[in-house]
Amino acid sequence: MAETSVIQVRKLSTRFGKIWVHRDLDLDISAGAMVALVGGSGSGKTTLLRQLLGLLLPTQGEVRMFGEPLFGGGLDRERALRRRFGVLFQQGALFSAFNVFDNVAFQMRELKYLDEAMIHDLVMLKLDQVELLPRHAKLMPAELSGGMIKRVALARALALDPELLLLDEPTAGLDPDRSDSFVRLIRSLGEELGLTVVLVTHDLDTLAALSTRVAVLAEQRILAYGTVAEVIRTDHPFIQNFFLSERSKRILGSAGLR
Amino acid sequence: MGRHRHRTEGPQPKEAGAHIIDRITVTVAHAMSDTRIEVVAGSEAGRRVMLSGRWTLMAIGPRIDDLMRQLTTIDGHAEWDCRAVDALDSAGAMLLWRAWGRQLPATLLASQDHLRVFERVAAADRQEPLVHESLPTFHWLLSVGEQAIAVGRHLVDFLMLSGQMMLNLAKVIHHPGELPGQEISANLYKSGVRAMPVSALVGFLIGVVLSYLSALQLRQLGADVFIVDILGLGIIREIGPVLIAVLVAGRSGSAMTAQLGVMRVTEEIDALATMGVPTSLRLIFPKVVALAVAMPLLVLWIIVLALAGGMVTAQIQLDIGYQVFFDQLPKAVPVANLWIGLAKGVVFGIFVALVACHFGLRVQPNTESLSAHTTASVVTSITVVILLDAVFAILTRSIGVP
Repeated sequence: MAETSVIQVRKLSTRFGKIWVHRDLDLDISAGAMVALVGGSGSGKTTLLRQLLGLLLPTQGEVRMFGEPLFGGGLDRERALRRRFGVLFQQGALFSAFNVFDNVAFQMRELKYLDEAMIHDLVMLKLDQVELLPRHAKLMPAELSGGMIKRVALARALALDPELLLLDEPTAGLDPDRSDSFVRLIRSLGEELGLTVVLVTHDLDTLAALSTRVAVLAEQRILAYGTVAEVIRTDHPFIQNFFLSERSKRILGSAGLR
Repeated sequence: MGRHRHRTEGPQPKEAGAHIIDRITVTVAHAMSDTRIEVVAGSEAGRRVMLSGRWTLMAIGPRIDDLMRQLTTIDGHAEWDCRAVDALDSAGAMLLWRAWGRQLPATLLASQDHLRVFERVAAADRQEPLVHESLPTFHWLLSVGEQAIAVGRHLVDFLMLSGQMMLNLAKVIHHPGELPGQEISANLYKSGVRAMPVSALVGFLIGVVLSYLSALQLRQLGADVFIVDILGLGIIREIGPVLIAVLVAGRSGSAMTAQLGVMRVTEEIDALATMGVPTSLRLIFPKVVALAVAMPLLVLWIIVLALAGGMVTAQIQLDIGYQVFFDQLPKAVPVANLWIGLAKGVVFGIFVALVACHFGLRVQPNTESLSAHTTASVVTSITVVILLDAVFAILTRSIGVP
């Protein structure tokens, strides 16, 4: 049933020049799950995320979102599908020529059927959701701190009330304190709005706090997929290194995941 | 995806105790789901409004105005029942909130989850509203003043940049080891050598066009041989230097502004400064020196090609042979004109580079500012070049004219 599987990746292969990044990669993410995508550097995490976003055309295979293929079927269908998920880019990717308000309002205005008063109220609601104040709406992206950029980017990602939220390194570049509060924010919003969340991360704290399942990307495919406890049982150098180092044990232990 | 609006008239009003008196159902059907309002007038507690279906932005879609109108026709004392709502997102909640006059109705029946969404909307509304500052009465006067101050600031900064270049020059003369040779050479290649093909093409074609137009006039007067004077004087003294300055301002000036601008945005300039590298000596001085050297050479290059173009056309149009052209040129155009042309090249080059760097260093870290400053840089350099050309024309009015 389409409702249960939000993302379906089937036999996905990606090639850059002569290098195969993924080969016959399969992945299913069910509705309401919070999945962390981990992998060593160069393992193709970001590439996979870009495939899910429809920024890259797969060499072979297919990505389906909400049961529908990402590509084909005309501009209107593709656009409607893309409105159902929100993306938080690593650097925020805020439009630097727009202020905070216009950044969040951008997609709402693109819909063409919301009036400005409604957009204003919705933007204020989104800013409140990410714990920003109305007076922050007038600031330009260049005037924001790193943590605020992430919050505004999150508000923009949530602008159209998506069902799926994709996060690329949500806590990269934040100090531990900000990082914790941002993770808490995403978690509470995710639960409150019933979002499916997919995040790419290499930060164990984020992973431990935010994800219910982990997908380990290595050797051009999903090597292991399950809860942390299940994934750790896989005998692979990357997994052993990533999850079973002293530091990892400490973090996962304190999060009660092992 | 069609919209049905059916109005079902229920049984006629009955006596007390009847639960349903009349029923108006408005269904806004959508491809995936629908958003429904049903007004049920009960007897005791006044009207009851039953909401059902999906109250999400995607489900509501362009029907939002219709829905809003439907909702606002319902009077404020109604009981609202949202228990049959399948999905409610913040846009749906906001729509209802606005229809309720920015408050929760006295009686609202909804699931826990949906109540939380309404609370969220209510909480956001309790925040201090965003105040839009109105423009002061004499804002146009203020903006004139601001513009004037901005121009003044530009001039001061430009003067400081020029002064900095003088200091750099003095430093390099005293310590030749500090000369940023590699950067100068790279800039010479980028803005000099790489500009040769395009300036050759432009120069040759301008020569052809000028020669052709002049030939048409001169033939009527029978003054064919004066084509050498016209082309020689015009190209060497005026057109060559100005044309190449415009080309270089568009080509290298914009590139310099964009490069410095992006380096500012990505904090590369700050990084250099923290490493103790004098940024003006390493980034700006080489550009100025490179253009000061490259421009006169390019002037020479474009003069040669424009004259060649003119010569070819003169031969075809007026039957003036190449030999005549070569013989006539030194007599018609005193060599002082060439020096003036080359001097213009040096001065134009210095100013194009200085203006480009000046604007590059003012770029703010956003895309809008980058494009605005690049445009301003090119427009300003071309204007400055034309102004300088006028100054040259006045200063050299008695030199090199036969």
